Amino acid sequence: MRETAYWAWFIIAAIVILVFAGLHMTVMHLSVLGVFNPEGGAVTDWGNVAFRSQNQFLAFSYIILLGAALYHGFYGLRTIVFELGPKKSFQDTFTVLLWIVGLILFGIGTYSAIAAKALETAL
Amino acid sequence: MSEKVYNIIFYVRRFDPEKDSAPRQQQYTIPVEKGMTVLDGLHYIKQTQDASLGFRFSCRMGVCGSCGMMINGKPGLACNTQILDVSETALTVAPLPNFNLIRDLVPDLVPMFGVHKGIQPYIQRRDVAEKENPSMEYFQTPHQLEEFLQFTYCIKCGCCMAACPTMATDREYLGPMPLAQIYRYNVDSRDDAGDARRNIAAESHGVFNCHYAGECSAACPKGVDPARAIQLMKKDLVLRYFGLSKHGKCAHLHKKPDKSSWKPKVEAPAFTAGK
Amino acid sequence: MGNKQFDNHLGIVGWLGGGRWGLERYLYILHRLTGLGILMFFLLHIFASSVRMYGPESWNAAMAILKNPVFKLGEFFVFVAFAFHALNGIRLILIELGLAVGKAEEPIFPYKSSLNNQKPLMLVVMVICAILILAGGYNTFFGSH
Repeated sequence: MRETAYWAWFIIAAIVILVFAGLHMTVMHLSVLGVFNPEGGAVTDWGNVAFRSQNQFLAFSYIILLGAALYHGFYGLRTIVFELGPKKSFQDTFTVLLWIVGLILFGIGTYSAIAAKALETAL
Repeated sequence: MSEKVYNIIFYVRRFDPEKDSAPRQQQYTIPVEKGMTVLDGLHYIKQTQDASLGFRFSCRMGVCGSCGMMINGKPGLACNTQILDVSETALTVAPLPNFNLIRDLVPDLVPMFGVHKGIQPYIQRRDVAEKENPSMEYFQTPHQLEEFLQFTYCIKCGCCMAACPTMATDREYLGPMPLAQIYRYNVDSRDDAGDARRNIAAESHGVFNCHYAGECSAACPKGVDPARAIQLMKKDLVLRYFGLSKHGKCAHLHKKPDKSSWKPKVEAPAFTAGK
Repeated sequence: MGNKQFDNHLGIVGWLGGGRWGLERYLYILHRLTGLGILMFFLLHIFASSVRMYGPESWNAAMAILKNPVFKLGEFFVFVAFAFHALNGIRLILIELGLAVGKAEEPIFPYKSSLNNQKPLMLVVMVICAILILAGGYNTFFGSH
């Protein structure tokens, strides 16, 4: 049943990414629409970046997106690597490794999202 | 009136384990008339040009699954494929990939049969005594039959296994045929052993290593559509994981009505003698 | 006769084509490639975008490096990869949850299969993907950056 669980959450993560990365792509790469870019100009200007970092909803959505994307991406990578035929011991080790690396990266990303949000009071 | 005769070149992949380290290609030219199948062509080569050519065949009518091979890059049955439908000038014949090669066009299908055996491809029921010594029929509606009938047409020819991209690299992957057969038995309302088979399907290198390239269904010479069975299997597994599955009841025993006391509406004579 | 069988597995080349070069086969390959591409980009992106927590000076310095047209082009490729992966992903979710493969039906020659069932979905997905790529391209090369 574990593989069913992994795959089911992989699909759920995919839908989460569709929503939140879809939003992110609209903000960053369909900037003519001007979503979450209050200062106009380039999407990567500090003013726009600061606005998005400190926005409650967006800060939260970045963290959710980070978690879902890491899970989805690493499950996909695991599937591709497993299909190349490694031994069972490698498969088990690789799975544990991906969990550890994934959780570390999630920690780093969440920390920076929270730190960026707190910057408003710091400046 | 005589049919037009085409001279067609067969590029055949040959491999002799005693002499060759790797397969090589050999060319034959044969006269082809409309109606000749690739299998007919191979027989012609073996009978008139090269008796050492090895290939499997049996029924020559598309029901035994012996003559699966790659014809112009597509897996198919040699007995079912008209030469002139493929080409009027030249075609390639090669053994099915993703199996070990015994000789020439003969792949080793025994591991595939082994995997198939391992998925318990037979009806199982908890009431073993009734199954061993049946007293009456199991009741199954035509709708229940239709849910799995398509997947019973499988002749285990191996064409789907040859076409599948996952089979190309993953030696542990069950493959489209065993996975479709797992679904065939699980969805058969007469069967009771779904859990054991589901555990096999839901393992690593099981059903979730299918990514719907669709080649298996495209290659199947009997229209079995294993890809459909596999996706329906995934749906079933996910619904069960979230506890949303509506478990159907196992087919019950059906006592036929006792017609011994029925009278016919029209009295027919016992027999009619010639007059 | 010896038992020297020849290993006739196609290997990783088999991911590209094992027989009929159907469009669904190409979509499968592209889905894998875009997925790996996005993953590699994403791991770097976590660190690049984290720079914003150090304030405007550090951020502007990092952005100055990334203003290079090579990065701009790379960003467009990531957008294209995402658009394809997302839209094909929608198609795959519908198929792999058994919603776009049709019901089992007795095979009558000429055989139809789930490939026929999903063709309209595939067409719609590819058209939307093309539109998004054009929109993203317009935005990248002609938009305000």
